[in-house]
Amino acid sequence: MPRRETVALGIAAVGLAVVLPVCNALPAGSPLAVSNFTLNLFGKFLTYAILALGLDLLWGYAGVLSLGHGVFFGLGAYAMGMHLMLEIGAKSVYQSALPDFMVWNQVKALPLFWRPFHSVPFTLAAIVLVPALFGLAFGYLAFRSRIRGVYFAIITQALALSAWLVFNRNEMKLGGTNGLADFKTIFGYPLNQPGTQRALYVVTALTLVAAYALCRWITLTRAGKVLVAIRDSETRVLFSGYSPAAYKLFVFVVSAALAGVAGALYAPQVGIITPAKIGVLPSIEMVVWVAAGGRGTLYGAVIGAFGVNWIQSWLTTSYPDLWLLFLGGLFMGAVLFFPDGIVGALGRLAARARRLTGGPTDRARLDAALLSPAAPGPARPPGSEP
Amino acid sequence: MTARGSIIYLEDVTVNYDGFKALDRLNFFMDRRELRVVIGPNGAGKTTLLDVISGSVKPESGRVIFGHSTDLLPLRENQIAQLGVGRKFQTPSVFVNLTVRDNVELSLRRASKGVLAALRRRDLDEERARIARTLESVQLAGKAGWPAGALSHGEKQWLEIGMVIAQDPELLLVDEPVAGMTDEETARTGELLETIAADRSVLVIEHDMEFVRQIARQVTVLHQGTVLCEGPVEQVQSDPRVLEVYLGRRREATDAVG
Amino acid sequence: MRPRFLVLLSLVAWLAAPAAGHATPAAAPPPDIARALAALAGEDADKREAAVAVLGRTRDPKWLRFLAALREGSVYSRTRGGKTEIVVGGSKSTRGDQDVIEIAAAYDRAPLGAVPLAALKEVPADRRLRLAVKPFLDADETRAQLADPDPAVRRGAAVKLGNQAEAGAVAMVEEALFKEPDRWARHALAEALALIRLAHGAPDVRVGAARALGELHSASAVPALQRLAADAAASPAEREAAVLAIRRIERWGLLTAAVETGFQGASLASILLLMALGLAIVFGLMGVINMAHGELMALGAYATFVVQNWFRAAWPAWFDAYFLVALPVSFLVAGAVGLGLERGVIRFLYGRPLETLLLTWGASLIIQQGLRLWFGAANVDVSAPAWLSGGVPVMAGLTLPYNRVFIIALAAVSVAATYWLLFRTSAGLRIRAVTQNRAMSACLGVRAGVVDATTFAFGAGLAGLAGCALTQIGNVGPSLGQNYIVDSFMVVVTGGVGKLAGTILAAAGLGGLTKGIEPALGAVFGKVAILVGVILFLQRRPAGLFAARGRNAEA
Repeated sequence: MPRRETVALGIAAVGLAVVLPVCNALPAGSPLAVSNFTLNLFGKFLTYAILALGLDLLWGYAGVLSLGHGVFFGLGAYAMGMHLMLEIGAKSVYQSALPDFMVWNQVKALPLFWRPFHSVPFTLAAIVLVPALFGLAFGYLAFRSRIRGVYFAIITQALALSAWLVFNRNEMKLGGTNGLADFKTIFGYPLNQPGTQRALYVVTALTLVAAYALCRWITLTRAGKVLVAIRDSETRVLFSGYSPAAYKLFVFVVSAALAGVAGALYAPQVGIITPAKIGVLPSIEMVVWVAAGGRGTLYGAVIGAFGVNWIQSWLTTSYPDLWLLFLGGLFMGAVLFFPDGIVGALGRLAARARRLTGGPTDRARLDAALLSPAAPGPARPPGSEP
Repeated sequence: MTARGSIIYLEDVTVNYDGFKALDRLNFFMDRRELRVVIGPNGAGKTTLLDVISGSVKPESGRVIFGHSTDLLPLRENQIAQLGVGRKFQTPSVFVNLTVRDNVELSLRRASKGVLAALRRRDLDEERARIARTLESVQLAGKAGWPAGALSHGEKQWLEIGMVIAQDPELLLVDEPVAGMTDEETARTGELLETIAADRSVLVIEHDMEFVRQIARQVTVLHQGTVLCEGPVEQVQSDPRVLEVYLGRRREATDAVG
Repeated sequence: MRPRFLVLLSLVAWLAAPAAGHATPAAAPPPDIARALAALAGEDADKREAAVAVLGRTRDPKWLRFLAALREGSVYSRTRGGKTEIVVGGSKSTRGDQDVIEIAAAYDRAPLGAVPLAALKEVPADRRLRLAVKPFLDADETRAQLADPDPAVRRGAAVKLGNQAEAGAVAMVEEALFKEPDRWARHALAEALALIRLAHGAPDVRVGAARALGELHSASAVPALQRLAADAAASPAEREAAVLAIRRIERWGLLTAAVETGFQGASLASILLLMALGLAIVFGLMGVINMAHGELMALGAYATFVVQNWFRAAWPAWFDAYFLVALPVSFLVAGAVGLGLERGVIRFLYGRPLETLLLTWGASLIIQQGLRLWFGAANVDVSAPAWLSGGVPVMAGLTLPYNRVFIIALAAVSVAATYWLLFRTSAGLRIRAVTQNRAMSACLGVRAGVVDATTFAFGAGLAGLAGCALTQIGNVGPSLGQNYIVDSFMVVVTGGVGKLAGTILAAAGLGGLTKGIEPALGAVFGKVAILVGVILFLQRRPAGLFAARGRNAEA
């Protein structure tokens, strides 16, 4: 990893995983205190950032646009949610060992596929493996037959729609439209305690750091270069002896697993997971985080996930009518005016400032081109010109 | 046929594009260490021939045998490339967002080009040396750190040739390598191809007869998906059927071919 | 024999009564009527009910009108010159300190002036009396419907009579059957007659009725036939006839179900085709997947809504014509917005399909939210013009709704128009040229920008047309587009680019398949099965049904 980036990552990690929770633990009156609400909100953003990293790896590097990542997020969140529902046990409203929604729906016995989720190790494995295996199966079919580009995007969108429809059905025994909610404890710790939430936050922050390191490692290996090469010219990759399908499948599965982990950390912090989180709109919103932040940089994805959601939480409370207009404008603006996202725009601004001050311009421009391979301009594949 | 045996052998190959027979019961054969030029008018099936050998088009019928007895038909493009068939496209096809060096590094012949192998990061010293040698041979060593997108058209063509050389193929398929090049670049490309052909087989598709005369020993003329004639350049050039195909009855334009 | 005898009796009564009614002047009602009127004013509930029957059996419209007034409680009695007179009350008013009421004669409603309310005694319309009145009024209504000029109304009346299966209706049905010119109304009348006979006839009549019902493929007769087949008191011949008829009806039922599924499949396919046509043209030409296509459909639907309201306010008499105006208006509105989108933003992104996809998605969110802010989040009401409600009967037990038939026709017309445009006009030639080779077309002087803009606008206009058609079969709301868009993408992906035939085939295939598997799997899992099917299909043909092949295929 480049040294500058390692240092930046270290600072960000300490800030997110140590300073914020410590500030949260301060008494409410202190000037540096961070409220439980804010910490919780940040925790949610961090889970989104984990997902955005995987999506960036897939789209920003390999050029594969998935409009169905909400599904993988949902699979992880539901896996965790099922365990949390079972942990409630007889403390529920109906004092039944079954989750409340099953009592409403006249389900008499716990369905077979729910049973393993009593076990903590199984749940932790399922959080990663269920989305990863589902991604493996879906991706295998899609990439093997060379479904790509717009076709792949549409197929994944159909996947999101189908999954949303299915999860809404009561007979899936996953809570239907209401999803899973009213969790009481996680691994025995009460969720309504600030301490538990703080711990969850720290775990999320550390997971984000680990996910970042994982993604950066992948991009720095030859496999990472193959991913960029696939985006440039899939045919050349093929004739160089690599199987683009295998690499795409690999990165698709990694991003699906990251999305699953993100979902699993989301469920206990937000306290509810419903099918509304896995439909077409949430899935494509995830893409705009990456687009707005800057694709193909990893840190752009993190910044985008944070920034867009911050604005969303502000707009939806203050001006709810404007949110969709803003989101739509963000899609269009990000594509038209900031093709390399806010990170790229800032980078260009910095490069211009350096040129004005007489800095080492050529070197800087080359750096910018290498750091944001998604940037349009001279470095576009042949044949893509209108 | 020589004692060394064939490198590629096509028998009765037919490729059908919705009723248009791009290749029609084509028989084609190449020796090891041979440099062969395939010419023919537009639509004769030249590029389709390369597509069939490299696996991107699967023929309707026929056999394609690589080397001693490897059947190429059930294999995918990357598997065929790993067997030792390299392909250089007509329009330069390089990874514009990677550096020149990375382009060559990715193309380098390796035992495995699977995902797990590629995640093991470091190249061996021997591999670095090969990358450096390849960059030297295509005269791009000085631009190793440049993004490939910043190269000129001719440089991209050489980079792609370098990438194919790095693959260390037994059979190299080259589609119109000098299209759009200056005379000087054309001459250097010809030398490059001849060097390459010293220890491997090269199949070149070309239109530029000047260039064909420079490099070719054996020439195959394709017409309407079949081999019209085959032989040394001079013989092919004076073959009346070839003139007919290229020029119709306008004998006075013979110069254009010869 | 008794029921038949009764029928005969009542028939005689019906035939005789009107003559009696008409012949008698209002001033001197026949004695039985006079007695009945007197009884109505009395206290004896039995006699009052009998009096209603006497009046009702006259089948005289004027007495029936009187009964209707009686049911509403606006009939009064007054004593004049020692005799009790029955009158119908009209509007009430206050004159001085007195409440007065306009009254009229019971039979011919000759005005009798305004009298103080206190001088009248209301004839109470209790529940029993109202119940006694109802069948006469209903029968009258049904009779009126049987004489209606609209065959669909006559058919509806016949179906109602069949369902009621009242013995007294036989004569009416037979008479109507004799006069009925319309095939399907006759079918319904014959069915009604057989149903009544099955319910009330003698054993041999019932055998005949059961056979007739079998021949008529009467699905509504199945419960009655099943009762007969299981009736221990019935003769073996009756039971056998019932069983045979049931078998025959059920076999027919399978056939109608198959035809109906086929029709629904065709209808869904037409909807998909209407939606996907514009999408496919734009995708084929510019490689642009227009994610805002669904919102352009919503715009078309809202344009229809606005045109409807406009007609309702300005030309209510011509309301039914609004839809004919809405069709071109929705095409133009969506086309104009599409043109704006293309010239405004999309043209900057040609050659980058994924970026265009995100861009148009952003546009779709803005249009959607704009519609929500302008028209409200709730669904709006678009009513069908009269000529699109109802349906055309094609076989016993199957009526095809006009709105679906219309959509199939509209899809056919749109496809034909598109073909004509693409293959018979010079604009179409330019579109095809740019689709195949943009650079070469530009060299030949084709202005690719103009072609892009017109094609995009045309595709958007088709979306508007689809939206206009959708108002006739579904809800119109801001998120209308979202409900259909993924389906139309699937059509485009399955169909492949380059050939309209692919889109048509894919729409037909997906529409038929969806309706075919829906009964077995339900709508949701049917949709999932379709997705899996499409993915598996793409395994064999990754670029859809009709992929570009040959030397231009490499992309």
